[in-house]
Amino acid sequence: MTTQAQSTTERAGADAPLLEVRDLTVEFQGEDGPVPAVRGVSYALTPGEVLGIVGESGSGKSVSSLAVMGLLPATARVTGSVRLRGRDLLGLSDRELARIRGRKIAMIFQDPLSALTPVYSIGDQIAETVMIHQGASKADAFTRAVELLDAVGIPNAAQRAKAYPHEFSGGMRQRVMIAMSIANDPDVLIADEPTTALDVTIQAQVLELLDTAREITNAATIMITHDLGVVAGIADRILVMYAGKAVESGRVEPVYADPRMPYTIGLLGSVPRLDRPGQPLTPIEGSPPNVARLPKGCPFVARCPVRISLCETVEPDLEPTAGGGRWAACHRSEEIELGRIHGAPVFPLPEIATLREELPREQRTAVLQVDNLAKRYAITKGAVLRRKIGTITAVDGISFDIREGEALGLVGESGCGKTTTIMQILELTPPEQGSVVVLGQDVGSLNSQQRKQLRRDVQVVFQDPMASLDPRLPVGDLIDEPLRSFGVPADKRRARVRELLSLVGLSPEHANRYPADFSGGQRQRIGIARALALEPKLLVLDEPVSALDVSIQAGVLNLLEDLKVRLGLSYLFVAHDLSVVRHIADRVAVMYLGRLVEVGAAGHVFERPTHPYTQALLSAVPIPDPVAERQRTRILVHGDLPSPANLPSGCRFRSRCPLFAELPSDQQQLCIDVDPQLESRGGDLASACHWARERQVLPGA
Amino acid sequence: MSLPADPLLIADDVSMSDLPGEVPEGPDVVVRGRRQLVLRRLRRNRAAMAALVVLLLLFVSAFLGPTVYKAITGWDYEGQDFTSFLSPPSATHWFGTTQIGGDVFAQTMRGLQKSLLIGLLVALISTGLAAVVGSVAGYFGGWVDRALMWIVDLLLVIPSFLIIAIMMRNVKDAGWIVLVLLIALFGWMITARIIRGMTLSLREREFVLAARYSGVSSAGIIFRHLIPNMSSLLIIDATIAVATAIIAESGLSYFGFGVKPPDVSLGTLIADGTQSAFTFPWLFMFSGGLLVLTTLAVSVFGDGLRDALDPSSKRAGGGR
Amino acid sequence: MGRFLLKRLANYAVLIVVATTMAYMIASLALHPRARYEGRNPPPPAAVVDSTLTAYGVNDKDPLVGRYVHWIGGVLHGDFGKTVTGGSINAELGARALVSLRLLLIGSILGAVLGVLVGVVSAVKQYRLTDRFFTAFSFFFIATPVFFTAVLLKFGALTVNDAAGTTLLNYVGYATPGLDAGFLGSAWDQVNHLVLPTLSIALAQIAYFSRYQRNSMLDVMGSDFLRTAQAKGLTRRRALFKHGLRTALIPMATLLAYSFGTLVVGATFTEKIFAWHGMGEWLVDSITNNDINVTATVAMFTAVFILLSGFLSDVIYAVLDPRVRVS
Repeated sequence: MTTQAQSTTERAGADAPLLEVRDLTVEFQGEDGPVPAVRGVSYALTPGEVLGIVGESGSGKSVSSLAVMGLLPATARVTGSVRLRGRDLLGLSDRELARIRGRKIAMIFQDPLSALTPVYSIGDQIAETVMIHQGASKADAFTRAVELLDAVGIPNAAQRAKAYPHEFSGGMRQRVMIAMSIANDPDVLIADEPTTALDVTIQAQVLELLDTAREITNAATIMITHDLGVVAGIADRILVMYAGKAVESGRVEPVYADPRMPYTIGLLGSVPRLDRPGQPLTPIEGSPPNVARLPKGCPFVARCPVRISLCETVEPDLEPTAGGGRWAACHRSEEIELGRIHGAPVFPLPEIATLREELPREQRTAVLQVDNLAKRYAITKGAVLRRKIGTITAVDGISFDIREGEALGLVGESGCGKTTTIMQILELTPPEQGSVVVLGQDVGSLNSQQRKQLRRDVQVVFQDPMASLDPRLPVGDLIDEPLRSFGVPADKRRARVRELLSLVGLSPEHANRYPADFSGGQRQRIGIARALALEPKLLVLDEPVSALDVSIQAGVLNLLEDLKVRLGLSYLFVAHDLSVVRHIADRVAVMYLGRLVEVGAAGHVFERPTHPYTQALLSAVPIPDPVAERQRTRILVHGDLPSPANLPSGCRFRSRCPLFAELPSDQQQLCIDVDPQLESRGGDLASACHWARERQVLPGA
Repeated sequence: MSLPADPLLIADDVSMSDLPGEVPEGPDVVVRGRRQLVLRRLRRNRAAMAALVVLLLLFVSAFLGPTVYKAITGWDYEGQDFTSFLSPPSATHWFGTTQIGGDVFAQTMRGLQKSLLIGLLVALISTGLAAVVGSVAGYFGGWVDRALMWIVDLLLVIPSFLIIAIMMRNVKDAGWIVLVLLIALFGWMITARIIRGMTLSLREREFVLAARYSGVSSAGIIFRHLIPNMSSLLIIDATIAVATAIIAESGLSYFGFGVKPPDVSLGTLIADGTQSAFTFPWLFMFSGGLLVLTTLAVSVFGDGLRDALDPSSKRAGGGR
Repeated sequence: MGRFLLKRLANYAVLIVVATTMAYMIASLALHPRARYEGRNPPPPAAVVDSTLTAYGVNDKDPLVGRYVHWIGGVLHGDFGKTVTGGSINAELGARALVSLRLLLIGSILGAVLGVLVGVVSAVKQYRLTDRFFTAFSFFFIATPVFFTAVLLKFGALTVNDAAGTTLLNYVGYATPGLDAGFLGSAWDQVNHLVLPTLSIALAQIAYFSRYQRNSMLDVMGSDFLRTAQAKGLTRRRALFKHGLRTALIPMATLLAYSFGTLVVGATFTEKIFAWHGMGEWLVDSITNNDINVTATVAMFTAVFILLSGFLSDVIYAVLDPRVRVS
């Protein structure tokens, strides 16, 4: 299908590529006949080179690399060729492949918890691969495993090697996977979404480690991800996949700067960017086609704003396009330049209601006031003999408020207490400590009837649109449910459901269908419609777009932005993705281990953060721009989030603080002794650091 | 990872466009309903379909058989043919006769009828009980959960066979209703535990939280959201419970603790036939064979149902 | 640790007491030892009947609570009271318990081990002929009640013996009475007697375990960690056995506890049909004979047994799965 393979050897000058994949196709047996998961992918890699494979879920990016490893189930039909130093791997026996896997080609999987055998210790599992390929004795292999664990930055490696996978944090497990993969000094490393399950700070650590691993082994690396930012930072070349096919490829810088395939253009336009807060997002309408029932022409045709009649009938091949070393699968790739066609952007800008004239913040009424809120949990241990071994403080005295028409972004790593905070607010029950006041009513003083009435004003949209809609009820009943529980008469309910469906951009006819009939983006719209049914004043948004593919994310974000202005809603927006928060929030609260460490106006916090944790968080977010991304200096936090049961004295961030490490010891003493409180840093900004100083961490901000 | 584990479900997932406001049309949006999907999977499972046919035949013959048989041969389960004692199967007595000239076919059909009835009723009651207790315990947690689970533990520890046997001793006429209640009373605990476990995870699911935060009452959540979402498991479990109940009934009747004369069930017939199983096999083999055929068909069908309803689940097939 | 173990054991003790009490009460209300004397001709004098019944602790004219307290008090001192014919329960208990335990232990061990083996083979050869055969086998024995299996086995043994012209397989009792064949001879005789009864309950256990093991194994076969093991350089087969089987065994621990209940009931049929004088037979006879004390004793025995197996399965679970170990 393509002749792209020869174009890669700019750097190494080697004769034959190290790994060459040609016309790879994979078919699964579906209930309706064969399902093509990969439909012709070709690439070649030289030693030390990094190829980023980007695509949404179902694009075939993971399946294609499993095919390279020979790890697909026996029912999959794989054709084409996979040559490692000229030797074709397809068609080798399991025994022959076993000799190559782990030694020549190693793989790092997405979810390191399920990817490690739960019943063997970490050390044993790493030692096993050493024993298989190097014939080492058990003791020697274990020693080597400890060395490897040490090399990937596991503290106290000799002891930790005896621990089991469930005793490690996500980031540490991914380090273990990396240790395992480099144990035999492989030629090719395949990393399948290695950082998707991790927090940004840990992601930055793991990406750094992967880079080091690549330098040590000089392995060619395939980085599979959906995150354009990650690819921008690490890859030399990029391959964009859509519906099982490569649709664009080339060196990273020109592809990002001047994408030639409308899908790539759409992807880049739909990602919110930390460094460009005001830029509107251009969603790609529709969703990827079902690979079991592909349309005749270009698979992207239904979503493409610049399709022509040729696109409906003929599927474009991946062909060279202007610029040298560039390939694109689009009939109009030659017409597209710098993301525009005939001078107009390929994706039109969406219409979003703009801000109204507003009173200054102080004069608007407070919708939510949280004061000194705390929540503790008992921790128990053991399954056979369950017992309480102590308490942890998940939320430890936090205070903030949200004014009318305002969006507050609550950010922090997983385990910092943000979910506990919103659950406590949503319960509307008296907190263990502190107070929650909603629209002037203290929830501590409510009886159950008043509490139910107050629920009208506080509604929630959850993260996973599949999980948040009961699959057994039709959409109309779902949206109707809050109204029904407040005794709204049936005819009014019906009218309201129709109204709500069109408000969120769906059609009233959708009311009779079931959630399973909708795509992820549509389901999230249904979730929003339900939350709006009772005309709330405050909407709690718990990671509302993090389960969605990027191309769909943009549409939901635009809707939220639009609704906020049109209905005068206030948002409490919880997210781990700072770029999304940057896009939608007016104010930001940064949370660390149950405390707020920095609160203030979004512009201020993002552009001139004063707390070292905020600075580290921001610097860890990859920006989908290879040029800017490679010029940034990372501020890395050390290690993992400490256990909330065992906090450091004084400032609880000091154990990971990059600033603390640089301070002279007399200044460190203050951090060790005194727990810093939130203090105003001028304007709408407060932070909790003894040595707070402004630092710009984003390019071009 | 994106291996298409179930291409049909994935197909449903993405078959519609994301265009806001657009009403999907055309051949690309053939969205199969869940029910259709299940039926399709079930129809393709040949063993399950065969089991279903066998079950239907058993039902028809158990409930219509005696009438038809009486019309043809003139015998019913109470009648005695004083001209033939212990005669082997023949045209007049299809399954032969007993020591006192009773017609084995008529008795067996009558027994099958009773056994099927008992199985169905027990399954209905015990699964319903399990659903309610399990979901209430799981949803409310705290002392409600502890109390209910303690009862479950207790009922599991109590030798149910013994209790039922003792209680059945004093029951005379229409005892089979009591038998149904007793078997059901001791047959719901393990399912209830499984339901409780599922409820514990469903309770934290976002759609339940969403319902709660929009003011829906606890009873509303349990009956509108929790139990319907466990319906696959409940249907499967009810199926299996039919087989378990039939076996339990026949076991009790075998010792004379279950169905009492003049009523017959497969269990009593097998018990009566056992002594002479070697010399007059028709007294034993027909009732025994039908019993095994029934429970086997129910198990195979239940297994197929599980595969169809819940393809990802790898819970055990066959029985409990 | 010790304190939690104690707490758990205390809960077990409470459960056993409650279960036994319930059994005693229900038995006292439903069984009528007096009926044994009513049918006699000539009828024995009422006073004699009363005093006999009181002596055995089963007189329905004595207050129930008093009788119960007396009986349970005796149990606490290791005395289970008298049978309805006046014999000592203690004297019979030991022998009968041994007979039943022999059957139950061998049956459950055989069932679990062979069941796991069959399940693994079935899973690895999924949809092949072997798997189909084992599947048919399991479905048949899961659907077949023990008393039917037992009678069929007996029938089979009879046919075999007839064909051989000699008693190759024994199906009555657990030893040939009055056999004098030296140590080896009588050991062989006992094993011979054991084969059919054990098979009658082990077959269902094997069927039952193999289905679960097959599914658990299939689950593991699609798991990420098995893929990792292969990615490290293990062949599919070695990965399956080293990483897969070990993990797939974990759910079996829970099954062990649940399967014991069915096993105990199954053994009742087996004992009755093969004329083994064990606890199960005792139970059925005691109900027919209106024997309250024996009924309650057997109930207690079963409760202890079921809880022990539950505890054992928890321990096995903890041994197999490092995730639940108390560290």
